[in-house]
Amino acid sequence: MMKKKSSRILGVLGACVLAVGSLAACGSDSSVEGEVSQGSALSGSIQMVGSTSMEKYANALSEVFMENNPDVTVTVEFVGSGAGIEAVNNKTADIGNSSRNLKEEEKAAGAVENIVAIDGIAVCVDAANTVSNLTKEQLTNIYNGTITNWNELGGTDAPIVVVGREAGSGTRGAFEELLGLEDACAYANELDSTGAVMAKVAATPGAIGYVSLDVLDDSVKALDLEGVAATVENIKAGEYFLCRPFVMATNGEISAQSELVQSWFDFVLGAEGQEIATEVGLITVQ
Amino acid sequence: MKQKSQRKAVVENVAQIIFTICAFFAVLAVLSITLYMIISGTPAIFKVGLKEILFSTEWAPTAKEPHFGILYVILTSIVGTSLAILLGVPIGLLTAVFLAEVAPKRIAAMVKPAVELLAGIPSVVYGLLGIYLLNPLMYKLELALFQDSGGHQFTGGANLLSAVIVLAIMILPTVINISEAALRAVPAGMKAASLALGASHMQTIFRMIIPAAKSGIVTAVVLGVGRAIGEAMAITLVSGSSVNIPLPFNSVRFLTTAIVSEMGYAQGTHRQVLFTIGLVLFAFIMVINVCLGKILKKGEAENE
Repeated sequence: MMKKKSSRILGVLGACVLAVGSLAACGSDSSVEGEVSQGSALSGSIQMVGSTSMEKYANALSEVFMENNPDVTVTVEFVGSGAGIEAVNNKTADIGNSSRNLKEEEKAAGAVENIVAIDGIAVCVDAANTVSNLTKEQLTNIYNGTITNWNELGGTDAPIVVVGREAGSGTRGAFEELLGLEDACAYANELDSTGAVMAKVAATPGAIGYVSLDVLDDSVKALDLEGVAATVENIKAGEYFLCRPFVMATNGEISAQSELVQSWFDFVLGAEGQEIATEVGLITVQ
Repeated sequence: MKQKSQRKAVVENVAQIIFTICAFFAVLAVLSITLYMIISGTPAIFKVGLKEILFSTEWAPTAKEPHFGILYVILTSIVGTSLAILLGVPIGLLTAVFLAEVAPKRIAAMVKPAVELLAGIPSVVYGLLGIYLLNPLMYKLELALFQDSGGHQFTGGANLLSAVIVLAIMILPTVINISEAALRAVPAGMKAASLALGASHMQTIFRMIIPAAKSGIVTAVVLGVGRAIGEAMAITLVSGSSVNIPLPFNSVRFLTTAIVSEMGYAQGTHRQVLFTIGLVLFAFIMVINVCLGKILKKGEAENE
């Protein structure tokens, strides 16, 4: 009885050893191949400098890129869009992150605008609101406290409840920057998440709020701005103004960059990179 | 025999060591929290200046020229807590009197579990109820009151008053349970003497029993203050969270909600100032605890 059992155990053990051995052989084969292909293509470091708004996006990208290519180091500094483009033009950085379009003089100095993603913001009101379109000026005046009633905008006689995000939020930063309202907004509610803004706007008659375009749902009504609906298509066509490009500027065309930087852009504009953009709430450009 | 007693001695010693370690664990936790609060809360004081933080009213942490004044935030916490106490303590105390003195046994058996259940409800549930029930009601009131006044910024019902009502409900269980215990602890002989002298039941309650239970009731109030000033989750949902002067219909930010709402993305000095707000809150709680200790000591002295 005893003997039988132990021999069976031995048999199982033997099978295990064989299986592990063959697995190990496979493993070593493929890993050698991997090292060869990666080692020849990618090693070195990429320096990115620029926009603070792009911090979340740039960090997510560089983490995955470094995971895919262990011999590559991507360093990212967040000092502002202008400083990033300047660094590219001075050739002190490989890539300059900018959360706005490049200016003519920046392009003249050699920087090339490579748009990698778009940050879109939707303005929403409660579902029963009769106003469906705002001009840029009207929106600005609502948020700086000049317009306080919907009847000034062709709506019903109801006060406007101005809802926004807390200081430090990227959406708030982009919204205020695009309207030229940096730290000039008169918020009645400063909520600390996109979900809270949506819930408050949905539940409060006369409320207005802004959220990242990708989270919009039917609980609120998205407003047209300057007669243009807040859709991904309109943003890509450049007709909707409440959006900003995320630019990774290079000194000269991408094709003129080092192999490493070129494969960085292959990654960023490829399927994996665009998926990351979607994950952090951005609109893809591909 | 000898072995047995030796083993007993070992068990005794080991148990004692375990108890000591457990006891010092709490002390260690308090000490490390205090130390951490001081270490992380003071850099901003040196960077921004204590006066600028405590006595300036402008809160613009991400502006080009940032301002970190939390005077309105401190005032909101003080005013909000005081109003919650003014509203919650009378209700709580009278409920306690009802439970301890007036209620028929069967009704007390209904009220008591309800009060205990109130204590067990998570604070986020209070907040959600506040958003969906209290804020819309408050907005109707706001619309009616400020219909013609131009200067008011409409908040959709998210204001100081909503937060005060939520806080008042949240401190009820603390106030009721502790004052009820204090009222029950008044010696039966004193009550009997009062009744025997011809005082009515109500006269006895208000002239004799409540004064006799004074120190217990004050303890209840102080614990209520502690609960109210430290609450964050429920009021962050109903108070609107804009930094404003604490008027009833203004959107306001408390010390606790100031930390909660901006910790997510805060960087650099902004983040350090949030820790300083934590330090201020910590100081408030310490003061409340010291007061509580003094009251309890005084109560003991009186009882002796």
